[in-house]
Amino acid sequence: MNKTYEVNNEREVVINVGPQHPATHGVLRYVVKLDGERIVDSDPQVGFLHRGIEKLAEYMTYQQFNPYTDRLDYLAAMNNNLAYAMAVEKLLGIDKDIPERAQYIRVIMAELGRIASHLVWLATHALDIGAMTVFLYCFREREYILDMYEMACGNRLTYNYIRIGGVARDLPNGFMEKLSEFVKLFPKKLKEYHTLLTKNRIWLKRTKGVGYISKEDAINYGIAGPCTRGSGVDWDLRRDMPYLVYPELNFEVPVYDDGDVYARYLVRMDEMLQSNRILEQCIEKIPSGPAMIDAPQYVWEPKERLMMNNYALMKHFVKVVKGIKAPAGEVYFGAENPKGELGFYIYSTGEGKPYRLKIRAPSFINISAMPKMVKGGLIADIISVIGSLDFVFGECDR
Amino acid sequence: MTNEELFEKIKSKFGDYIIEHDTFRDELSVTIKKEKLVELMKFLHDDPELQFDYLVMMTAVDFPEREERFDLVYEIRSIPHKMIMRVKTRTKEDEPVDSVVSIWHSANWDERETYDMFGIKFNNHPDLRRILMPEDWEGYPLRKDYPLKGKPEDDLWLDKHLPEGQIKKPRHTRMP
Repeated sequence: MNKTYEVNNEREVVINVGPQHPATHGVLRYVVKLDGERIVDSDPQVGFLHRGIEKLAEYMTYQQFNPYTDRLDYLAAMNNNLAYAMAVEKLLGIDKDIPERAQYIRVIMAELGRIASHLVWLATHALDIGAMTVFLYCFREREYILDMYEMACGNRLTYNYIRIGGVARDLPNGFMEKLSEFVKLFPKKLKEYHTLLTKNRIWLKRTKGVGYISKEDAINYGIAGPCTRGSGVDWDLRRDMPYLVYPELNFEVPVYDDGDVYARYLVRMDEMLQSNRILEQCIEKIPSGPAMIDAPQYVWEPKERLMMNNYALMKHFVKVVKGIKAPAGEVYFGAENPKGELGFYIYSTGEGKPYRLKIRAPSFINISAMPKMVKGGLIADIISVIGSLDFVFGECDR
Repeated sequence: MTNEELFEKIKSKFGDYIIEHDTFRDELSVTIKKEKLVELMKFLHDDPELQFDYLVMMTAVDFPEREERFDLVYEIRSIPHKMIMRVKTRTKEDEPVDSVVSIWHSANWDERETYDMFGIKFNNHPDLRRILMPEDWEGYPLRKDYPLKGKPEDDLWLDKHLPEGQIKKPRHTRMP
């Protein structure tokens, strides 16, 4: 619903950005009240991509809902699969029993997803501000990652690879070689992006001191992920509320205190390097073993058994139709996604379907802090703030 | 601080108002009467030993058969002490709940969404209006008695918003 603005004098004007604007990264409508070129008040309007995913979840078994999580943040679909699978595993109480190899595969996929998502962010953010070349560079490297994903699961955008209890199948031959190649190559490419932007005078003018939010406000407004770390909040779920094998891996959490668009840019650039570091360690440490938990009551039967074993087929039929038997209770699990903390709250009454499933979408919360960031700034700053918040509307509107 | 200590601390101050509490998968959840909700939240936010300074999310769960129909769920986190807990409260269909926007600003959009999806009103909310659904939509989609495929009268809403002169396409009949 529209907020009504009263215009007090002839200098003030109300304008409308979007919803079909190339720099709104989806369908964000942004109503701004201006005094000259200064922003007096603003009102972001979301919901144009609302598909009722939370309602759909109530009518689906836990496994059926897994592909829907791909459609949330479609730039980091692997991370969404991970967060959802971990939330259901927490509800089932099997989160500690996931085989180590599966955990390492999950970390590899999640960190590749983080790099891929940050590359798209960098490409579009720079394109919005006017640096065209970066776009082409970033998509070149992202192609590498998508190729690897295609090797592992056959898809390039929506994967449904990380399943409840592990991953869909083990890594294919040649995957680790391709990964080592990428890990060696990527830091050099990252340096290229730095040479294009980090000390570029136009870039600095457009980003430094723009879209400021203080540390206290960042926490109070609930913004998550790289955006808070750009405001000096030293918080990363991978380190502070660890899950998977993250405690065994060495990485730093980049934190910058300036709280502006440039700080958020630096945080993400450093994060890509840290993800690369994690990948390097994963290549060394990944053990052999199964890629799926041995818990037939929760996990679908392997295809070979279905074809050969009658009883397995019957059990499979029951699991598909009625869903897995989850205990009654409620859980919340949040994972550190590229955009911030993606959380799933599941209320279960003990049936095969969730009674209520709420998605804590980082994009949704980050956009809600936008009026605070752009207030008092120039109209052109909105575009660079939108870029720095890095939101995706599949996730925001759900 | 363990979940037991945390609960004892809350109990010593709000013992009379706690409806129930539960620890499931290492997460403490406390259900409190809605009159004391904001007071409890303020205590959790300000107490130096707790400092729950981050509202992770807030939502509602609908139980149509219950008299106090809605459970409101607040997932809160203490960044300095690395703790997480859940506060819940209950409300009837037409009884508003006090807003927590004065404590955590991130509740602003969460409460708007809860209002949009469940029709729960919040007292002292700065800007309570629909957020995801269109402004003139009728009904609250995430309530359990709202059908998954929408209501037949939802088609009227679409017809109303078609541009002038556009031919209304026949829609396939809904499954019962």
